[in-house]
Amino acid sequence: MAMSSENEHPVKAFGWAARDSSGHLSPFKFSRRATQEKDVTFKVLYCGICHSDLHNVKNKWGITSYPVIPGHEIVGVVTEVGTKVTKFKVGDKVGIGCMVGSCRSCANCKDNLENYCPKMILSYGTKYYDGTITHGGYSDIMVSDEHFVIKIPDNLPLDGGAPLLCAGITVYSPLKYYGLDKVGMHLGVVGLGGLGHMAVKFAKAMGLKVTVISTSPNKKEEAMDHLGADGFLVSRNIEEMQSAMDTMDGIIDTVSAVHALLPLIGLLKTNGKLVMVGAPDKPLELPVLPLLLGRKIVGGSGIGGIKETQEMIDFAAKHNIVADIEVIPMDYVNTAMERLLKADVKYRFVIDIANSLKPI
Amino acid sequence: MTARAFTGENGDEDVTIKILFCGVCHSDLHVAKNEWGFTNYPVVPGHEMVGTVMKVGSDVKKFKVGERVGVGVIVGSCKKCESCQQDLENYCPQTIFTYNSHYTDGTKTYGGYSDMIVVDERYVLRFPDNLPLEGGAPLLCAGITVYSPMKYYGMTEPGKHLGVAGLGGLGHVAVKMGKAFGLKVTVISSSPKKETEAIERLGADSFLVTSDPAKMKAALGTMDYIIDTVSAVHPLLPLLSLLKLNGKLVTVGLPDKPLELPIFPLVLGRKLVGGSDIGGMKETQEMLDFCAKHGIAADVEVIQMDYINTAMERLAKSDVRYRFVIDVASSLSQ
Repeated sequence: MAMSSENEHPVKAFGWAARDSSGHLSPFKFSRRATQEKDVTFKVLYCGICHSDLHNVKNKWGITSYPVIPGHEIVGVVTEVGTKVTKFKVGDKVGIGCMVGSCRSCANCKDNLENYCPKMILSYGTKYYDGTITHGGYSDIMVSDEHFVIKIPDNLPLDGGAPLLCAGITVYSPLKYYGLDKVGMHLGVVGLGGLGHMAVKFAKAMGLKVTVISTSPNKKEEAMDHLGADGFLVSRNIEEMQSAMDTMDGIIDTVSAVHALLPLIGLLKTNGKLVMVGAPDKPLELPVLPLLLGRKIVGGSGIGGIKETQEMIDFAAKHNIVADIEVIPMDYVNTAMERLLKADVKYRFVIDIANSLKPI
Repeated sequence: MTARAFTGENGDEDVTIKILFCGVCHSDLHVAKNEWGFTNYPVVPGHEMVGTVMKVGSDVKKFKVGERVGVGVIVGSCKKCESCQQDLENYCPQTIFTYNSHYTDGTKTYGGYSDMIVVDERYVLRFPDNLPLEGGAPLLCAGITVYSPMKYYGMTEPGKHLGVAGLGGLGHVAVKMGKAFGLKVTVISSSPKKETEAIERLGADSFLVTSDPAKMKAALGTMDYIIDTVSAVHPLLPLLSLLKLNGKLVTVGLPDKPLELPIFPLVLGRKLVGGSDIGGMKETQEMLDFCAKHGIAADVEVIQMDYINTAMERLAKSDVRYRFVIDVASSLSQ
């Protein structure tokens, strides 16, 4: 017999959950497991709002099991560690991203690619080893196996650092994997939202020349004056796009809507790489001749393993990279979701959990 | 027919070649019928030719009269751009193709369905002694078209698993090269009747029929890479699903319409779809030497010049195992 969310675990917890596909979030009492020997328990201070949270609460991918507490850009302070925990102590600043479990024994897990483990357990909405459903960071406490906990360096602000745990790793990993991390290379970034603005910051820190490609001309000043992009192309401006043909070593495409690939492939030099990190829910048209004529590729990437996520956080701390955020109280979350749907945020909402999540 | 409207002059860096054999590439058919919309008639196709050197220009260093040589898809490039400097003449924006193209002086290029050709030595290949002329000719396009991406995309680690989609001129050479690299090779085809051929004659390790759902499902996530030689419009999702994590699908065929690319499989499996287009001169020579070393030649049906139109009709129906090769020397008289 299924236990209620409040009673399935011994530790009382509180968060905001969506109960149906309207996606409307509201206060929700639930429970967390007691700290097991390899667990780290922490008080949540901030949680970023990722567009995936929005897709999930509205069941856009058809896999949502309600009630669901979203949130996978979670940061806080350790309150308790299990007896076998070696990497963390009480008081440490830590974070959790998209995963809280994996099989730990397959080839991918052994290669530090837990994100590609077929048995990977997401931070919310997935069945955990004990059969209960995982609940995410729009909540007051988190409990996780230490393997999936990220140490946040002291000099990294927690609120601006939270979105790195998903948006950050999502763009950092492909820059490294596809070799788009060398000084002097020219990178295009399509879409200037949560992912896009992080890609600009990371690429600049790696010494690349960056051009933002966007449908909105009004983002130009922001992109160049504030984020440090070297160039800006309006994708609907045919002349601008044509004059930039054959100039880029790579492009990170963060756009989730269905869109044309041909103009982007045209921007690439020979051997250029177009990397998709947004996930349109319908196939895109792939013109084959341009790929052949320039030996170009279209590849994908999804978040990153734990080791690489830690590496990314350390890199961000070293280069003072944080997300541009709008901090909001918990009860603003539904309005935030509506604004997020219209891309009306520069560039991530972050919920101030500690100061605004009050149990009912 | 003469290869080029010229005065018989052989430039200082040129080599004059008597053509012995020329392979019939599917591109020849596309261009002859203007299926790509840029054919400039009259066109003499043929870019898989082998022959002997008749004359060399005063600055020619690599060849002597009497040597066996080959000419493939390109006969010129700018020689100055980054691609040319990296021995990637095939990616030069000013590539001059062996036929249906123009030299910088405006004269047209004519291909290998002819008795002789004059080519800048940079674009002439040394034809290894132990490669048969008839079976070696198709390597000059089909061979390099699959060899180049196999090298570039790293499909050469012994023990890894290569899928070859489509078993025609390109596909059958890919199987042979894959085996020579020490790979496990699975042919992926829509024709069940090609299975015996693929396994017993070409040496493929297994054969997957795309219309067999149970077999396709059993093969999910088993391949490190796939060379896709299919030119017809076809779905990519089933091929992407056959790839392991970090798998690579490389397309060398030329569908005339865009293909549907589902993005989720790329993101969830860090997979990629890439293209490749023939190869540079240095790599084409490397490929010929590799084939000579491993005894790789195309499976051919040798024909006389006057059979060419019938051959083209059969080629349109894929009715050839796996390349027609024209015996130019004995069937094209002056």
